[in-house]
Amino acid sequence: MASLYYRVRRIKLSTVIVNIIVWIIAILWLLPFIGLFMTSVRPYSEVVLKGWWTILGGHYTLNNYIQVLTNPMYDLLRGYMNSLTIAIPSTFIPLILAAMIAYGFSRFSFTAKNLLFILILLIMAVPQQTMVIPMFFMLKTMGLLNKLIGLILVHSSWGIAWIAFFMRNYFNMMPREVEEAARVDGAGWATIFFRIVLPVSLPALASAAAIQFTWVWSDFFFALMFIYSPEKMVITQKIVSIKGQFYVDWGLLSAGSILTMLVPLLVYAALQKYYLRGMVGWASGKG
Amino acid sequence: MSKKINIKKRYLALFLIPGFTLVAIFVISPIIGTFIISFETPSGFGLSNYYSVITQTSPTKALVLLNDMPRPPPWGALIHNLVWTAIHLPTTTFLGLVLAYLLRRVYGRSIVKSIMFIGMVIPMVVGGLIIRFMFDKFIGIVPNLCGLIGLTWLDKSWTSYPDTALLALIIGSVWLWTGFSLTIHAAAIDSLPKTYIEAAKIDGASDWQIFWKIIVPSVRAATLTVIVMTMLWDLKIFDIVYAATKGGPGGASTVLAFVMWLYFALDLDYGKAAAVAVILTLLTLIPAAIYIRQVMKRG
Repeated sequence: MASLYYRVRRIKLSTVIVNIIVWIIAILWLLPFIGLFMTSVRPYSEVVLKGWWTILGGHYTLNNYIQVLTNPMYDLLRGYMNSLTIAIPSTFIPLILAAMIAYGFSRFSFTAKNLLFILILLIMAVPQQTMVIPMFFMLKTMGLLNKLIGLILVHSSWGIAWIAFFMRNYFNMMPREVEEAARVDGAGWATIFFRIVLPVSLPALASAAAIQFTWVWSDFFFALMFIYSPEKMVITQKIVSIKGQFYVDWGLLSAGSILTMLVPLLVYAALQKYYLRGMVGWASGKG
Repeated sequence: MSKKINIKKRYLALFLIPGFTLVAIFVISPIIGTFIISFETPSGFGLSNYYSVITQTSPTKALVLLNDMPRPPPWGALIHNLVWTAIHLPTTTFLGLVLAYLLRRVYGRSIVKSIMFIGMVIPMVVGGLIIRFMFDKFIGIVPNLCGLIGLTWLDKSWTSYPDTALLALIIGSVWLWTGFSLTIHAAAIDSLPKTYIEAAKIDGASDWQIFWKIIVPSVRAATLTVIVMTMLWDLKIFDIVYAATKGGPGGASTVLAFVMWLYFALDLDYGKAAAVAVILTLLTLIPAAIYIRQVMKRG
């Protein structure tokens, strides 16, 4: 009896210690964001003297946000609009094209299947750097360099491989009875795909869309390579070009950073379940 | 029968062709193009681009060798990538795994998971800016803490000094990327049968033993995934370097992708830029091969 009591107490003590350690780590991990936020809502002249950690007795203002959004020198609002203009089509175009490829892979058997599948996996692994130089000249020839539509084309094509891989795994696990019943009733492949398969796959499509959207929004390298006029720059380009007049103004930079990461964070918050499933599926190949 | 197969083939083509056309034109052909450009030199096809990028010794563009430097860093960009991987890969992988295991007994575990995962959701340029922010002499918490506990030589803007710039970036990347390892490992641990751990507990195994003897071996596939993805990430790393240090100061934090961009955007030397891109691509094929084997085995 005594030993059982002792054991229960010992387990509890270790649980307490584990909780304390893990929560200290979590707070450490959150600290940079807290600092960034505190800096963004206070005048920089005050932060630089007292530090953002002196929370009491500070002056709080939204001036940094207003400045960074509306001052034509920073023009983050334009970056916002450009990023949205690019990210929305660059999410849905590859989503539908990749879902079609994935369905072909999952429901048909053909000779080059394994080869094409390995090709898709290879493209997933290869870095963006592998294709940007010839792409630069291709876009230039097509008159699409420094155009939002050019960047949409690049992102859409680049997204197809991983989404096709992800959706294929999902389709492979999906039961086929309904489709077979529909086929017996005389429905064609296209009807089955668009009327039955896609609606049933909405959770997987949501996962892929959430991740593709945040990746396109967060992209910096493609934009840096293919967009160079200030009025066409996306938000990630705008944010790295923000500087104070005489020194780095962290008030502006922190407000801009928060605005830039707000969109992916909102997507993540709204679609957390799908987002995480997508992340696990993308990485480990489980649908 | 053969007619049916033909109809089926036609539909298969309808499913595959639209997507693969885009991929062929805008992904595969430029990938091949990069290889071709990398061999193009003023005197015909050859390896001179490779030779000159590998033997380059200027600190901002060197891949391996440097002019006589009194005390590195900077090393070459390739070495920076390797140092980065050597520190970042084991740290994030292990930290994520341990946390995933400990989280089972933590109150508010989903909040902890969400906090740790934020780094994976935000744009990496913002991640880079935050790293600079955290290591800034005046408003960064790390230098101020170092000053407070007497490490006065670290009470400076880490990203502006050659001896600390790379280290700051690597520490920052641990902060950004641990959530990935945690998430993948947590999903794997959650899918283990509960009886596994319960049975070991009844047999009197300690938490330490359960971790090493049961958890670590049974989530091996997840760990391999994390390792492969982290290696790929460490090789391609660009955004946080650009945003935090621009490879500086004096080339102390350059990486392969950054050197490639320098050749492209500053020197307009496309052949050399392509050569660096090919070197980077060939290196990614090592983790890629592991990954493809793993996926194909699972089917």
